Amino acid sequence: MKALNRLFTRLGRGSIFLTKILSGIPQLFLRFGLVVQQLYSVGVKTLFITLVAGLFVGMVLALQLYYTLSTFGATDTLGMLVDLSLVRELGPVVAALLFAGRAGSALTAEIGLMKATEQLSGLEMMAVDPVDRIIAPRFLAGVISMPLLAGIFSAVGILGAYSVGVDLLGVDSGAFWSQIQAKVDFYDDVLNGIIKSFVFGFIVSWIAVFEGYDCVPTSEGVSSATTRTVVNSSLAVLAMDFVLTAIMYQ
Amino acid sequence: MTQALIQIRNLHFSRGQSKIFDGIDMDIHAGRITAIMGPSGTGKTTLLKLIGGQLRPDDGEIIVDGLNVHQLKRSDLYKLRKKMGMLFQSGALLTDLTVFENIAYPLREHTNLSESMIHSMVLIKLQAVGLSTAHVLMPAELSGGMARRVALARALALDPMMIMYDEPFTGQDPISLGVLVKLIRETNHALKLTSILVSHDVEETMSIADDVKIISQGKVVAEGTKKEIQHSDSPWVRQFIDGQADGPVPFHYPGDSIEQQLLQGVK
Repeated sequence: MKALNRLFTRLGRGSIFLTKILSGIPQLFLRFGLVVQQLYSVGVKTLFITLVAGLFVGMVLALQLYYTLSTFGATDTLGMLVDLSLVRELGPVVAALLFAGRAGSALTAEIGLMKATEQLSGLEMMAVDPVDRIIAPRFLAGVISMPLLAGIFSAVGILGAYSVGVDLLGVDSGAFWSQIQAKVDFYDDVLNGIIKSFVFGFIVSWIAVFEGYDCVPTSEGVSSATTRTVVNSSLAVLAMDFVLTAIMYQ
Repeated sequence: MTQALIQIRNLHFSRGQSKIFDGIDMDIHAGRITAIMGPSGTGKTTLLKLIGGQLRPDDGEIIVDGLNVHQLKRSDLYKLRKKMGMLFQSGALLTDLTVFENIAYPLREHTNLSESMIHSMVLIKLQAVGLSTAHVLMPAELSGGMARRVALARALALDPMMIMYDEPFTGQDPISLGVLVKLIRETNHALKLTSILVSHDVEETMSIADDVKIISQGKVVAEGTKKEIQHSDSPWVRQFIDGQADGPVPFHYPGDSIEQQLLQGVK
């Protein structure tokens, strides 16, 4: 009962915090430089891990699917199946999990340390709202970066699958691409994937900045908050993926 | 005596079950250096945060420059904060900005000054603390004393009417300590500021303070001018000023006696 009470209290505090962040976002369009800086820290620095992971996930998918499809003589559909798996599910979900581990944890640790070293209090005493200047740009950068990273993940994954399926296992190149062109729908598949990754970016960024801002300002407090960010945002992404998939593909 | 710039009335504040302030009253006068002293954990830094509106009291009021801090709208509180400088114990410099950018930060946020004017103002402020040549350094490259001097320059950037110093002398070597004492005294007199100095470093603080207030166990236990405090025979004052281990602030943490604890055995 106590744990439930604590959960709802934190959810309430997190929601109030989110409204403060959202109310600060319109001002950011006048100071977009702050967001661009964060797009670099949050997005560009997550690019490498996303590219490598995307490539390997695509390659593994191609291998697994090829051996299953070859038993039915349906290896021509490899490109379409890889593409659907990546665009609908694996791209948004795995990219979001990587984003939570790489960028989410960094966001929480950075904001938590700023709190522990009184930098946030210092801004307040300079009559500068830390939510507007520190939190909102990081949050917005996370929300913008996530769909882009998921898109890159899926694109690299398809190239990885192509290299394994076509170059290594001998699937016909024309069949690989034509099946994708014929069976993958922009609205049902690609757009739904983009919507998913946008929602995941929103959730992970929200959890990351809230945990950092709300942490106990000690080394142990920052460490626990960072762990909570990775665990909670990963679970939230997986749970939300189920909800979104149920709504989108019912 | 000059008029009180800050008036604290019947201030109550608690953290959980622990009562930090139990109805304190205090006047801090304009143009003077007021030292707030007391044992560690007595709530000195908390008092600064209450004055700056970062914390809300359970009861009572704090009037700064005629305004009740905790009844102000956020925008009015921020207007008031532009007239308050605060020097944090850690310096609180933004670690991803250079020394120059740290001091320019409040000027860029709150003024429409040209870049050349900001450049000149930042260098003038840094010159005042003896660090004009250090403007290209990052905070991580500064010593503790230098970081506090930069933080002082930043606190002075908007020409405030008052500055709050939170434990400025803690952990400083004798040279840095001497520099900080000199800077606080000279800045206060040259700019006609009101300074609130929170510290438990008796010697340094007494050397520059005009007024002294000693807080302990949620109350103001002694207050007066520096001379009055130095000659006070109050047991609270004598224990703190002379550094006596036992007195009104007990050596032993309150609780069961050692005999009772031993008799209870291992639980």
